[in-house]
Amino acid sequence: MKLTGAQIIWETLLQQDARLVFGYPGGAILPTYDALYDYQDRIRHVLVRHEENAALAADAYARATGKVGVCMATSGPGATNLVTGLANAMMDSSPVVAITGQVASHLVGTDAFQETDVTGVTLPVTKHNYLVMDIEELPEVLAEAFYVARSGRPGPVLVDICKDVQQKSMEYTPVTSVQMRGYRAVKPMHKQDMPALLQSAADLINSAKRPVILAGQGIKAGGAHGELCELINKAGIPVATTLLGIGVLSEDHPLNLRMMGMHGEAYVNMAIAKADLLIALGMRFDDRVTGNLAQYAKNSRVIHVDIDAAEIGKNVRADVGIVGNVKQVLQEMMPLISNSSHRDWLAAINEWHEDTRSRDVLNQDLPDEMLLAPHVIRAIWEATKGECTIATDVGQHQMWETQYFQHIRNNQLLTSGGLGTMGFGLPASIGAKLGRPDDEVWAVAGDGGFQMSIPELATIVQEKLNIKIAIVNNHFLGMVRQWQDLMHNKRYSQTQMWTPNFQKLAEAYGILGLRAASQTEMRRIIDQARAHDGPVLCEFVVEPEMNVFPMVMPGKALDEMARREPAALGTGMDGVK
Amino acid sequence: MLVDHAAARHNQQKHTLVALVENKPGVLNRVASLFRRRNFNIDSLAVGTTDDPNVSRMTIVVDASRTNADLVERNLYKLVNVIDVQDVTHLPSVVRELALIKVHVASTIKRSEIKHVTDMFQSRVVDVNKDSLIVEVTGEEEKVDSILSVLEEYGIMEVVRTGRIAMVRGAARDAHEQDDMVFSGNGRAN
Repeated sequence: MKLTGAQIIWETLLQQDARLVFGYPGGAILPTYDALYDYQDRIRHVLVRHEENAALAADAYARATGKVGVCMATSGPGATNLVTGLANAMMDSSPVVAITGQVASHLVGTDAFQETDVTGVTLPVTKHNYLVMDIEELPEVLAEAFYVARSGRPGPVLVDICKDVQQKSMEYTPVTSVQMRGYRAVKPMHKQDMPALLQSAADLINSAKRPVILAGQGIKAGGAHGELCELINKAGIPVATTLLGIGVLSEDHPLNLRMMGMHGEAYVNMAIAKADLLIALGMRFDDRVTGNLAQYAKNSRVIHVDIDAAEIGKNVRADVGIVGNVKQVLQEMMPLISNSSHRDWLAAINEWHEDTRSRDVLNQDLPDEMLLAPHVIRAIWEATKGECTIATDVGQHQMWETQYFQHIRNNQLLTSGGLGTMGFGLPASIGAKLGRPDDEVWAVAGDGGFQMSIPELATIVQEKLNIKIAIVNNHFLGMVRQWQDLMHNKRYSQTQMWTPNFQKLAEAYGILGLRAASQTEMRRIIDQARAHDGPVLCEFVVEPEMNVFPMVMPGKALDEMARREPAALGTGMDGVK
Repeated sequence: MLVDHAAARHNQQKHTLVALVENKPGVLNRVASLFRRRNFNIDSLAVGTTDDPNVSRMTIVVDASRTNADLVERNLYKLVNVIDVQDVTHLPSVVRELALIKVHVASTIKRSEIKHVTDMFQSRVVDVNKDSLIVEVTGEEEKVDSILSVLEEYGIMEVVRTGRIAMVRGAARDAHEQDDMVFSGNGRAN
């Protein structure tokens, strides 16, 4: 069958079961959009309002579905606008394929109109990328792109396709297998003696008195939830999660300590600091998780399991480092693990947990008109009974989400981890709703991040997406203000923010806009929003200067946290101990 | 505990990595970009063709006092176009560097002296001019360093060194051939 390059792109997408594309047309990708006209019955294209949001939505769609997310843009500015979204997918190991148009092959290198060296620009923020100047390469390259994106440690792959390649024709037969000389999905370390490593790991686990599992996104990517559960039930080991590891184990499981790190609860970080064995599963010891590295795991042994060999020993030395899929590794290790309960260790952690409860602002008696961001998160959780997908932006509200929303389901929270991309929340909710149409989807954003992605309200309306948007408005860039408060003597340099009338803004888009400034109003509008059949924008006007605690200040050890005083209300909730 | 990247696993300061890479446009750019991005310190990088026209060979010398050679190796593997990487530092191997040295020649007597020096180093004079000549020397870096220090007194006008290339002694390494795999286009390999 003779097909044009443009048709081959859409045929490949169908073959890869990628029936949803987030994109924005333009000159160099025009032939592909022209061909799309005949594929509209089989492929849904979502027209975003900015290419960055196409990449972010594709990333979130991938996280929500486990499939590869696809985004598309034209050459030059279209492609460079994708960069932030690709970097986001790269940092969080999200499988995304980006297809960009490039100027015609005879113009490459001439500074033609809307020409940018896109493979050069995106090289450090993609797992791999391709420039296709010859149609004969196109079918294999597209198949490879999908394979590389989703295999091993997933990541974004960009395919830059010259305009004339999209226009030319060739005899097309679908590519059914990919042959790549250099690429291996999992590359073990040299001389990795698996049985000996598994035995060493099991010996450490069986003899540990105070073990803690550090569970990361690798558990999700590898589908190792069952194995994790089996391991902890057998060996009685508590689990702390990374931000992206939230949900790998239900947060109502008694052994789930919840999130660790800079804004992890104090008892979680204490447990890690006091542990004699850390078992890191599918995580990469990000600096937000470790605090001061020189103080980290000083008195504990470390087992590190990851699919990416380059992560072992990158930040934290591993006594036993195992490269592999965490599911397979745990399966093979399980018979070597003895039954244990670690009763004394769990009792000690529970004592620290009690102290945390006493400092919780929501356990304190606050007047109705004092509305805090934690109230909003908790109220959404209560109203939805925890049964929703929640996409957050980045900043204080994101950290409060981790503290006040109890995640029961796997992959319920979609959030930007490694890159910390402001503006992620709204496009992520679009990707989430399209990936999980039957789910109730909430986008939670601060007033800063939301204003970065306002144009996507139009996408939500055009695509008729029933998304509930919660803006936690403190009229500040809250997390930056918090750092200025704690580290720069309250010199609030460029963090105060004017915000528009969000109700009127919603109205302009034909979206129901609601506003609450007290706890009673908050509960009322959340109910109203949930009852409304269609998108709703809820603005919650919250206390402007509240800080997220605990906080491991930069340079401090993980258990040296700044904390809220117990019952410190009325005298300033941001009091630092 | 902090990983002490400087304390290399072996005492040897200079590590030699041999990487076989696909001979495709932009591969050198990917390798160079990796070194910059990860803040790896590289002493030298020599690239050339091999017996297979689809494969290029890179010899990379890592200063292990500043950069963990293991991490360099593992990160190189992550590049899709890298077929194989081997740290040959502790394997019996032949290690060579080639240098061209342009030396100032003040008189006929000096020219004979320089010829004498090059003979002693088993190197040769490959170009002669009225007031200069070019010496070609091949060997391990120490040998190149030595002849450079001897020739210094005559006045060195220009030097070019290729950087280290290396090859393991004995049977050919074919691990990368055995490692070749065929994947199903739709399968999620984990």
